[in-house]
Amino acid sequence: MRKFLLLFIVLVTALVFTGRLFYLQIYDTSFAKLSENNAVKTVYDFPQRGYIFDRNGSLLVQNQPSYDVMVIPREVKDLDTVAFCELLHISKEKFLKKLATAKRYSPRLASPIIPQLTKQEYASLSEKIHKHRGFFIQKRSLRDYEVSHSANVLGYIREVDQNIIDRNPAYELGEIIGMTGIEKQYEQILRGTKGVKYIQKDRFNRDIGAYKDGIFDTLPKRGKDITLTIDAALQAYGEKLFTNKRGGIVAIEPSSGEILSLVTAPYYDPGLLVGRERSENFTKLYYDTIAIPLFDRGLKAEYPPGSPFKTLTALIAMQENVVSLDEKIECRGGYYYGKRGRKLGCHEHKSPVNLQGGIAKSCNTYFCTVYKRVIEKYNTPQQGIDNWRGHLTSFGLGNYLGYDLPAGSKGKIPSSKTYNAKYPNNNWYATATISNAIGQGEVLLTPIQMANFTAAIANRGWWVRPHMIKNIQDHDTIAKAFEYKNKTSIDPKYFEPIIEGMHDVYRDGTASFLEIPDIEICGKTGTAENFKKINGSVKQLTDHSVFVAFAPKDNPKIAIAVFVENGYWGARWAGRIASLMIEKYIKGEITRTDMEAFVLNGSLEEEYNKPYAGKPFKINQ
Amino acid sequence: MATIKNTLKFDWIIILLFLSLVSIGWVNIYSASYTQSGGSFFDFSNIYTKQLLWICLSFILIVFILALEAKFYERFSSIIYLVSLITLLGLYIFGNNVNGATSWYLIGPASIQPSEFAKAATALALAKYVSDIQTNMNAFKDQLKAFLILALPAIFIIPQPDPGSALIYVAFIFPLYREGLHFVYLLLGFFAAALFVGTLVVGAPWIGLFVALITIGIFLRNKKQKKKPSIFKYATIALACISFAFSVSYIFNNVFEQRHRDRFNIVLGKEIDTKGIGYNTNQSEIAIGSGGWFGKGWTQGTQTKGNFVPEQHTDYIFSTVGEEWGFIGSLGVVILFIFLIIRVLVLAEQQKSQFARVYGYSVGAILFFHFFINVGMVTGLFPTVGIPLPFFSYGGSGLWGFTILLFIFVRLDASNYYYT
Repeated sequence: MRKFLLLFIVLVTALVFTGRLFYLQIYDTSFAKLSENNAVKTVYDFPQRGYIFDRNGSLLVQNQPSYDVMVIPREVKDLDTVAFCELLHISKEKFLKKLATAKRYSPRLASPIIPQLTKQEYASLSEKIHKHRGFFIQKRSLRDYEVSHSANVLGYIREVDQNIIDRNPAYELGEIIGMTGIEKQYEQILRGTKGVKYIQKDRFNRDIGAYKDGIFDTLPKRGKDITLTIDAALQAYGEKLFTNKRGGIVAIEPSSGEILSLVTAPYYDPGLLVGRERSENFTKLYYDTIAIPLFDRGLKAEYPPGSPFKTLTALIAMQENVVSLDEKIECRGGYYYGKRGRKLGCHEHKSPVNLQGGIAKSCNTYFCTVYKRVIEKYNTPQQGIDNWRGHLTSFGLGNYLGYDLPAGSKGKIPSSKTYNAKYPNNNWYATATISNAIGQGEVLLTPIQMANFTAAIANRGWWVRPHMIKNIQDHDTIAKAFEYKNKTSIDPKYFEPIIEGMHDVYRDGTASFLEIPDIEICGKTGTAENFKKINGSVKQLTDHSVFVAFAPKDNPKIAIAVFVENGYWGARWAGRIASLMIEKYIKGEITRTDMEAFVLNGSLEEEYNKPYAGKPFKINQ
Repeated sequence: MATIKNTLKFDWIIILLFLSLVSIGWVNIYSASYTQSGGSFFDFSNIYTKQLLWICLSFILIVFILALEAKFYERFSSIIYLVSLITLLGLYIFGNNVNGATSWYLIGPASIQPSEFAKAATALALAKYVSDIQTNMNAFKDQLKAFLILALPAIFIIPQPDPGSALIYVAFIFPLYREGLHFVYLLLGFFAAALFVGTLVVGAPWIGLFVALITIGIFLRNKKQKKKPSIFKYATIALACISFAFSVSYIFNNVFEQRHRDRFNIVLGKEIDTKGIGYNTNQSEIAIGSGGWFGKGWTQGTQTKGNFVPEQHTDYIFSTVGEEWGFIGSLGVVILFIFLIIRVLVLAEQQKSQFARVYGYSVGAILFFHFFINVGMVTGLFPTVGIPLPFFSYGGSGLWGFTILLFIFVRLDASNYYYT
C-alpha cells in the first residue's frame, strides 16, 4: 500500500487530465468558436446593392453614400456626453439608450449609433469625430430613388436588428435587408456579397496585423441589377389618376404575364423611407389605420368582383354545355327563385338577351339562370359547386397566384365545404349560392386575380403566371414558372363570343362613353356592394367601382383590372381610369383630356370621411 | 560484500524524457513569445533566446552534477540545506522585488530565485534525516523534526510572498508516508492545504459554513447507522478546521501587508482577473479547447499569438500546447510527464540506500505536484495557483532547480549497484 499510493494517484491524475483534455478539445466545440471571436476581429465591407430598372431600361432605384456614426463601446473613454450629443443633434437619453444597446450587442465590436447622416452632417462631423474616443464614421451605401412612385412595388429596406440576425446569421449588425416588395423578393440578388477582413488582435484589443496574412479575406461583390416588367410612365400615370381616391390597378401583358403596372392608393413617395426621417415617416404610414397606405390593395385587398365575374359564369356555362350561344333568356326586372319567390334584381335593359347581349347589358337574370343550370347539371349541388370551382381555379382564382412579390391574398372561391358548414345536414341547393353567378355572395378576388382572369380571356384560354422580373444581370433566363402557359379548363372556342360581348360593353353597353378612338377595346363594368365594420358595427357603404378590360381585341397588349373603393358604379371611376391607362400604354398619350381632367380632379375623400364624421349618411349618391 | 564497479550506469530513459520535455517546452515558449516584428533570433532580449541559453547552460550543470560522487550529496546535504535556508532568508535583506514578490536576487543581467533551488536542498536534507538509523518515523519527536525540515523553507517562502512555491512542500508528505508516517498525516496535510487555498479564494465564513455542514452531515449519517458517534469528537474537528480557516484569514488580512495580499491575489488569480471571475482560466480553456484533435499548428495559435492568456510562456505554457498541438499533442505531453514521474518513482523504489530512495520519492512527488497543480489550473479543474510546469515554463531558476533536483537523483541511481 505504501509503495503504490503515489503511483496510483499519478495514474488517476493521468486519466482525469486525459478526460478533461478530451472534453475541452474534442467533445465541447463551443470553445473552438469562442477562440475565433476572441483573437480575430472581423471587419465587413458592405457591398453596393443592385440597381432596379423598369421595362424600358430607365433607372428606378440606385444608391447614394451614407455615413453612420459607429461606436465600439469599450473603447469609449473620457466622453463629454453633453458636447457629443450636441454635435450629433440627439437627446442625451436617446444617446445613452443607444450606447447601452450597442454595449449589449458587443462591447468589443462596432455598432451604429447614429445611422444615415446627411452629407452636410457628415461634413461637419468628420472633422470632430476623432476627438471622441471609441467613435468613428463608417461609409455605407443607401437607396436613392429616381422616381417618386411605385413604393409598393419596390418595397423598402432597413437595417437588420437583432431579431433578424438571430433568425438569419448571414447578416451582421449594420447591414441592410429588403423588408417588402422587390427589395425583399430579390434580396439575395440585390444584396451582393459582403467582403470580410480578418484581423488578428491581441489581448488589449489592438490590431496586430492581418490574420494568417489575409488568406481568408474576401472582397465585396456588388449586388446584381434587376430589370422589372413595370412601365414607369404607366405606373406614374396610374398613381396620378388615383389622386384623392383609394383602390388599385393591376395591368398585365397577357401574352407574357408581365406586370406592367401595379398601383395601390393611397400611395407614398419611396424616398420617405430613406434617411434619418425614415423611422418618423414609417411610423406615420404604419399607424394610418384608416387609409392604410402600406397595404398593397392590388395584391392583398379581397373584394367581391361584381359583374366582371359574369364573363367567367358564361364561359363555364358554355363549357358545361348548359346554354347555347343563341338561346335568349327573358329578364323581367330580376331573377326570381325559391319557394317564396325571392328576387335578385336587375336594372332596366332590353329583353330577352342572348349570351353576348347578357354580357354587354350585364343582365343578372341571364347569369343566374345559366349558373343554376351549371350547378344543377350534377346529381348533388355539392358536386355541382365543386365542378364549378374547378373551372375557376384553372384561372388561378381562390389561391395565391405565385407571382414574385412577397404579399398577397388567396381570395375566395367557395366549395361544397363552404356551404356544408353553413347549412345544417348539408341541406342546400343551387339557389342558396345564386349570388356567386354575378360575383357577389361568397366570391372574393384580389385585383391581380381579376387582371389575371382578364388576361386569360384575352389570350383565349391560357395565362402566364404574373411576374415582375424581366431580367437579372448575368442571368440568361428568368424562372421557368414565369414562362409556362397555364391552360384553363375552358375550350378556346368559347372565348370568342365572350370577347365580342365585352367589346359590346364599349360599343353600346355599360361603358359606351369610354371608347378609345382607334383602339378595339373589350371590358366589363362592375359594381360591388361594400360592407365595412366601423367601430364594431357592420355598415353598408357606397359600392366599389370595378372594371376589367383588355386591348386591343386582337393580339392584346394589356389586360387591366381597376378597383376604386366607394366609387359607386363601374364605369364611373374604374372604367374611366382603365380606359385612360390603356390609351396611355398603347398610344403613349392621352387624347381625351376632358376625361383625364375629370378623373384627376375628382376626389372621393368626402365619401371616405362619411362613416367617420359621426353623422348619419346616405350611400350611392 | 560490496562489489564496486568502475563504470556508472545512468538511467537513459529519464535523461531522454528530460531532453524531450525541455525541447518541446522550448518550442512552445518560442511560439508563445515570438513576434513578427521581433528582432533576430540571437537577440538576447527575446524570451525564447534566453530560455535556449538557460537550457544550454543546464547541460553544463548536468555534467557537473553527474561528475560529483554520489556520496557527496549525502554527506553535504545538511550544508546544502543550510545554505539554501540562508539564501532564502537573505532575500529579506538583499532580495529584489519583481512583480510584487521579493523572490529574486538580481546579479547583473541575471535574476536568481532561491526558492526553486530550495526544493532540491530540502529533499536532500529530508532524505538524510529520514535515512538516519536513529530516526523513527513513528516517534512523534522525530516526526516533528522531519516536519520542521520541510516547514522552514516553506515558512521563509510564504512571506516573500510566494504561496504557490510554499504549497509545493506539501508534496514531501508522500516520501514521509512511504517511510512509515501514519496515513492520518497524509489526510491532514491535504486537508490543511485545501482549507488554506479555499479560505483565500472564497473567504473564511464560507469555508466555516462548508465545514460545519459537512461535519453535521457525516455526524447525522453515522447516527442513523447506529454507530453512536461522539458529538465531542466531531465538534472538536469541525472547530479546529474552522478556527484554522479563520486564523489563515486573520493572518492574511491583518498580519500581511497590502503588497503581500496583492501578490497572493495574483497567484490565486484574483488580481489579473480584471474582466470578471476566472479570466485567466477561461482564456486558457478557450485556447486549449480551440485546438481540436490536431491543433492549429506551431506558431499558428490565434489565442497564443493574440496574447490573450496571461503569463502564457510561464505558468500557462500548457495552453499553448493545447491550442497548437491539439488533443494529440497535449496528451503526448501529459504522457511524457506521467512516464517521467513513474520512472522516477519506480527507480526510487529500487534504490538500495534509504537516502536515495527517500530522495527519489521526493523528486517524484515534487514533479507530480507541479504537474498536477499546473495542468489542473490551466485546464480549469482547480483554482489558479501560480506555479510553473517543470522543464516547460520559461525561467532559468525554475529550469535549473528542476534539473538539479532530477539529476542528483540520476546520479544517485547510477551508483545504486555500488551497494550489493
